[in-house]
Amino acid sequence: MPTLTINGMAVDVPQGTTILNAAKEVGVEIPHYCYHPMLSIAGNCRMCLVEVEKFPKLQTACSTVVTDGMIVRTETEKVRKAVTGVLELMLIHHPIDCPICDQAGECGLQNYYMKFGLHKSRYALEDKVHKKKVQDIGGQIVLDAERCILCSRCVRFLDEVTGTRELHFFDRGDHSEISIFPGRPLDNNYTGNLADICPVGALTSKDFRFKCRVWFLKGFDSICTGCSKGCNVDAHFKGDILYRLKPRWNDAVNQAWMCDFGRLTYKAMNEARLLTPIVRVEGARKAAAWGSLLPQVAYRLKEAAEKGGPDRVAVIASPQSSNEELYLLRRIATKLLGTRNLAFTHRVAGDGFADDFLIQPDKNPNSRGARLLGIPFGAAFDALVAAIAGGGIDALLLVGNVVGALSEEETAALLAKVPVVVQVGTNEGPVSKAATAVLPSASVAERGGTFTNHAGRVQRFRPGFPARGKAKNPIEILVELGNRLGAGWTFDGEASVFRALAETEAPFSGMTYESIGMFGQEI
Amino acid sequence: MTIGIKKVARPREMSFPESLYLVEIVKGLGVTMGHMLGNIVRQEGIKTIEYPEVRRRMPPRFRGKHRLMKRENGSPRCVACYCCATACPAKCITIVAGESPDPAVEKYPVRFDIDMLRCVFCGMCVEACPCDAIRMDTGWFTPPDDTREKLIFTIDMLLEK
Ligand code: SF4
Ligand code: SF4
Ligand code: SF4
Ligand code: SF4
Ligand code: FES
Repeated sequence: MPTLTINGMAVDVPQGTTILNAAKEVGVEIPHYCYHPMLSIAGNCRMCLVEVEKFPKLQTACSTVVTDGMIVRTETEKVRKAVTGVLELMLIHHPIDCPICDQAGECGLQNYYMKFGLHKSRYALEDKVHKKKVQDIGGQIVLDAERCILCSRCVRFLDEVTGTRELHFFDRGDHSEISIFPGRPLDNNYTGNLADICPVGALTSKDFRFKCRVWFLKGFDSICTGCSKGCNVDAHFKGDILYRLKPRWNDAVNQAWMCDFGRLTYKAMNEARLLTPIVRVEGARKAAAWGSLLPQVAYRLKEAAEKGGPDRVAVIASPQSSNEELYLLRRIATKLLGTRNLAFTHRVAGDGFADDFLIQPDKNPNSRGARLLGIPFGAAFDALVAAIAGGGIDALLLVGNVVGALSEEETAALLAKVPVVVQVGTNEGPVSKAATAVLPSASVAERGGTFTNHAGRVQRFRPGFPARGKAKNPIEILVELGNRLGAGWTFDGEASVFRALAETEAPFSGMTYESIGMFGQEI
Repeated sequence: MTIGIKKVARPREMSFPESLYLVEIVKGLGVTMGHMLGNIVRQEGIKTIEYPEVRRRMPPRFRGKHRLMKRENGSPRCVACYCCATACPAKCITIVAGESPDPAVEKYPVRFDIDMLRCVFCGMCVEACPCDAIRMDTGWFTPPDDTREKLIFTIDMLLEK
């Protein structure tokens, strides 16, 4: 293990470490643009110059491998001057569009200018080279070639991660410009990541464009609900509106990336939400109060189970629910209602597209969790749907916004066979239109819990803000429903439910929220 | 600095003539009449003005009602950067940005509301604007109105001034 000194601090690092990463170990931040931990090293931006004793010239910290006894200085006058010079060079032709640039507030140029630049421009405005602005280059990306600092992160991403190679540099010198070939737009499912890795505002998100200034946004740790991969995300919101999802680093799951489809899943948490309890009276939908609806719903379920026998009652679970919610729902079905009609399906409308990188065919975040908790699926679900269609069910408790892959008409026809349909759901949809009682549930952004991804990794998602409107945390709904059916539960929140779950469910035994931590834990 | 204690004299008991009120009322009327007669004789000395027909000349740095500036072609100069809304201590500026039909402009304010009831006339918005798009140099106080809604100035009202 080579030992080196950085700004007078000695540090031991493994063979092959670069100066930039060694400096990180001792808390020294070396400015950089082209270096990205998940991409190959290009060494072209020259921002990371540092002084190394016995080297006649400054060295790029991102590409220089440490050797034993190396003495590195990052804060000398020589380094400062060089870095300021590099920055000035980059800004020569930069449009400084900050007022209209979505990157402002999280921009590498802005940040380093405030740290190392603060120079007055020595370049006449009319001499600036202009390049093409506002180009829709396909995918989720808008390109502004003028703002590009030619760091080649995007080129390397498309080369090394997606392998699709759509972006290239054209022309030479001052006129060098990043672009696509004419008529060959970005064509992969991971374009959104380009906006994340571009250190400046050259590649920005089409979806987030002009929606909000980034300094107004707050973030919280969440999990993407787009498929069973369970990519770790940072969800950004203002007030009670979500604005964007960004991948959160997790080497074991999504590294630093996420797919374009998943990136847009936040929209469902803003739009067409169920925000007030609804009851259907003689065909017409009416707003109801929690206080009267919950007892009514519990009474109806109990009544159906007592009159026709427990198997006249059915419960459909959802792989969009957390482990905690599924656990409570299973106990309600099997213990409190005593029915054998409990099932879920991972099927959803659509083609179940998948690839060999992140995107999984199962478009639910927690099908694995539902299976591990012993909730029947597959043939059991089909049998349950057949029983409902045959008029064999008097009351149905349904979690979710859809019934598997059934279309709106099919759902309406199916649910019309059941006199009492109680939905716990987040969004308007085929089920909310047909249900006799709708219990509005908090979205993933408004509640906490755990999902088990396709590989059996249990990961936590956290609430960002309180439930919108009159929606309630489904755990609260299920606990209250359970208690009205005679459970006597004292759970307060997801943590207490998870403790109970970990005690009784073998796959989760020994797990705690602490052991799951930031990055999840394998079953 | 130590905090001293100051005794404030309580209103004393009224004397008998004062408690009759009559004498005091006549005295008061005397003062009013005196001013009235004085104003009739020397009209140029009157302190009040017929606002809003007549307006005082405001000092050049007076911060009055806002206006949004226009470009030569009449479109708003504002690029919806949110700097003013960020700087505003009263959080009374609401902006919604949109894609401008003019690609050279790119971003423009679809909505730009200032809630004049919350504005504290600090001028931070003017300071913050990188485009000199918002000014407070109209010389007007916020005029009174009969509903709160009318005192939320919209982009059209602000561009007009
Ligand atoms: S890339 Fe950065 S410096 Fe350039 S206009 Fe955008 S925010 Fe400003
Ligand atoms: S577009 Fe962004 S990521 Fe690509 S080379 Fe330019 S600055 Fe780097
Ligand atoms: S004058 Fe002050 S309070 Fe009023 S809008 Fe401007 S920044 Fe806000
Ligand atoms: S600071 Fe100026 S340009 Fe920016 S939003 Fe406010 S008025 Fe418009
Ligand atoms: S980060 Fe080292 S040269 Fe760009």
